Amino acid sequence: MTDSALPMTAAMANRAPRKLVLNEKRVRSRYAAERRFRAYGIAAIAFGLFFLAWLFVTLVVQGYGALQQSKMRLDVNLDAATLAPGGKVDDTTLRAADYTALLRTALRDTLGVGSDRAQRREAYALLSNGADNELRRIVMADPTLIGKTVPVWVSASADVDTLIKGQIARDLPENQRRLKDRQIAWVDKLVADNRLKKRFNGALFVNGASSDPEQAGMGVAIIGSMYMMLVVLLTALPVGVAAAVYLEEFAARNRWTDLIEVNINNLAAVPSIVFGLLGLAIFLNFFGMPRSAPVVGGLVLSLMTLPVVIIATRASIKAVPPSIREAALGVGASKMQVITHHVLPLALPGILTGTIIGMARALGETAPLLLIGMVAFVVAYPATPFDPATALPVQIYMWAGAPERSFVERTSAAILILLAFLIVMNAAAVLLRRRFERRW
Amino acid sequence: MNTVAIKPVAATAGAASGNHAPKVVSQGVKVFYGEKEALHGVDLDINEREVTALIGPSGCGKSTYLRCLNRMNDVVEGCRVEGSIKIDGDDIYDRRIDVVQLRARVGMVFQKPNPFPKSIYENVAYGPRIHGIAQGKNELDEIVESSLTRAGLWKEVKDRLDKPGTGLSGGQQQRLCIARAIAVSPEVILMDEPCSALDPIATARIEELIDELRENYTIVIVTHSMQQAARVSQRTAFFHLGDLVEYGDTSQIFTNPKEERTQAYITGRFG
Ligand SMILES: Nc1ncnc2c1ncn2[C@@H]1O[C@H](COP(=O)(O)OP(=O)(O)OP(=O)(O)O)[C@@H](O)[C@H]1O
Ligand SMILES: [Mg+2]
Repeated sequence: MTDSALPMTAAMANRAPRKLVLNEKRVRSRYAAERRFRAYGIAAIAFGLFFLAWLFVTLVVQGYGALQQSKMRLDVNLDAATLAPGGKVDDTTLRAADYTALLRTALRDTLGVGSDRAQRREAYALLSNGADNELRRIVMADPTLIGKTVPVWVSASADVDTLIKGQIARDLPENQRRLKDRQIAWVDKLVADNRLKKRFNGALFVNGASSDPEQAGMGVAIIGSMYMMLVVLLTALPVGVAAAVYLEEFAARNRWTDLIEVNINNLAAVPSIVFGLLGLAIFLNFFGMPRSAPVVGGLVLSLMTLPVVIIATRASIKAVPPSIREAALGVGASKMQVITHHVLPLALPGILTGTIIGMARALGETAPLLLIGMVAFVVAYPATPFDPATALPVQIYMWAGAPERSFVERTSAAILILLAFLIVMNAAAVLLRRRFERRW
Repeated sequence: MNTVAIKPVAATAGAASGNHAPKVVSQGVKVFYGEKEALHGVDLDINEREVTALIGPSGCGKSTYLRCLNRMNDVVEGCRVEGSIKIDGDDIYDRRIDVVQLRARVGMVFQKPNPFPKSIYENVAYGPRIHGIAQGKNELDEIVESSLTRAGLWKEVKDRLDKPGTGLSGGQQQRLCIARAIAVSPEVILMDEPCSALDPIATARIEELIDELRENYTIVIVTHSMQQAARVSQRTAFFHLGDLVEYGDTSQIFTNPKEERTQAYITGRFG
């Protein structure tokens, strides 16, 4: 009724009609300003993309090599007398048997090495230190092979691997090379005989720690990281959601809740190393939990993720329109029913998105883990989260500090794998948000 | 606790007219939002099986009063209610009152249609389900069908009960909300400007519906449309600045108001 009667000021009423064809100079300079602004934006994005591309290209170029490992085909005589003296074929004897001797014999025969000790030593250096483990695994998987001569593929040493991958200059003077002339000649012969070539490096994904790069893998780190993510999910999600629901739905607005809110926001900004110190002081020193255990790492990362989950949950609870609450209250739903039937289901996609993003951050976190002993040389898989393990980023940190050329490419490969995990998690968060995005 | 002001029944809230007994009796209802007093002592009796319209300029406290009747103000932070409101003789602000039961007895339809983002069926079935009204699926189906039928929506949606309620048109959504409210068999239905988001045809449909619902329910409706108040209500209450200025039969209020301010408002001189 009254809307139409808005008073018009004298100035509005008296203004001359505006011309559409405006001062050309002003228009042109305005368009130029817009174009300039757009150009700045594009330049900024290009700048970012350039470094991102650089990062990826370097990583792929360096890390790609680690996916392959030079392996040697040897015709090994699985001599029953060596493997199972007295005809006893059981796990204990097979585990303790001397596989290195078998491999070395086969290698000597292949290369035609006599009894010269120096020659022998040089020949043996072509084999990986872990090659006996590989042979042991083959034999233990199929004991019927015992007594036969079978062709097996075992890892060559890291020096051979770097030579095959062309990472060693052959024209250096012999005394500056890790491989002597004779060894290079052997390698060339083996390659020519099709006995030495690059094959897919499965060990990279399943093996534990090893000081021989060709035997080192991320298996323990991947499992450790998974355990940690599990612990984060099981602690940070319920605790965070409970805290957020309380703060949003039940807590009175007063000085205390304001204080808590400020502190939660501050907690999200605390440097991660501080959480590591906290974990060291509380979980290790006070509660006496085991060092290097994923459960401790997971708890520390939970502390870090908690504020993220709380903030995300509160935001998504706030985003539930009040009209939905009123509707539910209006038909006689209790407060708990409003929360569990309406608010939380509607907030769930947001909660999960926040949690996944928080977990992705936690997955890549290294500093706090260094303090609670996750920098560990762990060969065996952790059976439970209480057993020693490492984590993906810590594995990267450790490999990055190793001097061998073969560890450099493994570092890049590990970074790529960590990035792949992160991309998958973030993509899941984006999909979740897309899928459940609602409009009221 | 609530201070019950014992006062003689106010003159404006003339005793039950005709053969209808008062369902809701409110005395000296004051509402505070923090320090601010939004209602200054309202005495108002609402008759059973009649439509009572609350009219008045924006901000005069119509919604505030309406939300007192199902204690929806409880969830507003800093809101305090004084005085007494009795439904069938029970003081609804008594400590022993179960608010959940109260809201099942006093249903509400909001200004903006607010179906749950669930299926049409679930929207209607939700109330009966949480109150345990239906024994088994068949009975629930019956309640859903009869509620939708009474809300005049059944024919339009019976083939798409599993489609989201938010996918209906505005008018259909509002009728769905009415169906949702009547599914828990309330005795009183509160409607806060139920047609303000609807076009004239949907409005007419809802008005018809209100007229039909009057048979079984006590209805209180807030409206900004004088015509609507005149069309659907039997009794009209005029609020101004937190006071109940005048209350009486709709025909009397619109043809022969006693108060100067009522006269001014219904003839459009302010508002
Ligand atoms: N949640 C609240 N907090 C503080 N003040 C409020 C709140 N709700 C309403 N008020 C105030 O109480 C008074 C009455 O508001 P109310 O919503 O009841 O008016 P109304 O008659 O329904 O108006 P309208 O016709 O615009 O819906 C207004 O002055 C309003 O500003
Ligand atoms: Mg209102």
